[in-house]
Amino acid sequence: MGHYYASEHLGQFGTIAQGNPDLAEKFFAWYNAVFAEGALTEREKALIALGVAHAVQCPYCIDAYTKTCLEKGSDLEQMTEAVHVASAIRGGASLVHGVQMLEHARHAGMAG
Amino acid sequence: MTPAEAGAPEPDLASLDAGPKGTRSLRARGAPLASTAAQLRLLETLPLPGGDFDAALGACGWAELRPAPLEIFQINVGRLCNMTCRHCHVDAGPDRVAENMDRETIDLCLAALDRTSAHTVDITGGAPELNPHFRYLVEQSVNRGKHVIDRCNLTVLLLPRCADLLGWLGARGVEIVCSLPHYRRLNTDAQRGEGTFDRSIEALRRLNAAGYGQGDPRRRLTLVSNPAGAFLPGSQASLEREWKAGLARHHGVTFDRLFTLANMPISRFLDWLVDRGTLQEYMARLVATFNPATVAGLMCRNTISIGWDGTLHDCDFNQMLDLAVAAPPGRRPHVRDLDPAWLEARRIRTARHCFGCTAGAGSSCGGATT
Repeated sequence: MGHYYASEHLGQFGTIAQGNPDLAEKFFAWYNAVFAEGALTEREKALIALGVAHAVQCPYCIDAYTKTCLEKGSDLEQMTEAVHVASAIRGGASLVHGVQMLEHARHAGMAG
Repeated sequence: MTPAEAGAPEPDLASLDAGPKGTRSLRARGAPLASTAAQLRLLETLPLPGGDFDAALGACGWAELRPAPLEIFQINVGRLCNMTCRHCHVDAGPDRVAENMDRETIDLCLAALDRTSAHTVDITGGAPELNPHFRYLVEQSVNRGKHVIDRCNLTVLLLPRCADLLGWLGARGVEIVCSLPHYRRLNTDAQRGEGTFDRSIEALRRLNAAGYGQGDPRRRLTLVSNPAGAFLPGSQASLEREWKAGLARHHGVTFDRLFTLANMPISRFLDWLVDRGTLQEYMARLVATFNPATVAGLMCRNTISIGWDGTLHDCDFNQMLDLAVAAPPGRRPHVRDLDPAWLEARRIRTARHCFGCTAGAGSSCGGATT
């Protein structure tokens, strides 16, 4: 065993079927259906995926969806905005919990 | 045409006034890959599993690549251009003044055209509009009842000499096929040089004003998008919707259809891949995405490509690699000797760059092939 993260694992994703082909088949069929052009375009879906990839901090997804975004017709400015959206939601998700903190502080302390 | 343009002096083609410059030609740089032999050698010696193109064809039932009925006469009238895009497979530029088709060769092309049943004359370059015999070739082709295509870089249309060209082409029903890699500035200027996007939008406005790009089959405006980097184009239909919406919303311009083309690993794009250290990765991607369904529609099967000096090639890419058609004994691969009989019987010449046309959805001068 080498490192926990290895870039060649991305291309080997399909081998996850080894332990359970049926579940893998269902997953990949669903996955492909999710990314097919629908009410959202393929380009829009790829931008969402790129944002989520950063929110969940998945290096495989960042690799894959950077390339997919370019192929689907996004440019670096659009992709950077998508990453900022993901980052803003992550930051905001932390900060909005501050309201809980405030409530606890009001309940327990005199300064709240 | 504005009065100022009508009397404006022609700018030096090498200047930024004449056109954006993303780089310099390999020839002007004295780059080793200016040599076509060096390009072919680099591609052929690259370690590339599965990289035998003829074997890939054979594995899907194409023992030999042979032509379909000839439909398109693609005439490359020269390598002179007011731009120097980073991906150019022609290595075109303002320095390529020597390699331009003369009137005699154009007349040979027209005589050869009359010996075939091709229905389309596809005029390319360089910037074909810079050839002094461009309008003669268009007129003669139109007079023969052919569908005529002008492959245009957009920015050339802003030169004073082209001020009346759009009305002239429109009156003759000429389709204009224009390069615009992206509907936004960043990738367009990255590939074609700073300032390209703004000038291209201005040219598209003039095309719209001349009646192009609004659904009139006599004034068809087609855009061509090459990826601005080492990746394949996305779905042509999907990108067309994105391009149409983006250009209409932000710039108020319209066009009729979008072609997607893959970047061919030759000439300046090959040099760029080598420079970035991504040649191996790009070629592996082309091989991995080889699509047997693209073979029947390959442009080398229904097109003959004629170079500025009259040499015949299976496609414009082979032309830029100096791979002339395989002519039978006693015949030269030259437009003077063009005979539909031996042309139809020839075997199409292939090499590793051909993986560029068979990857993914396929790629041709008419866009995706599947």
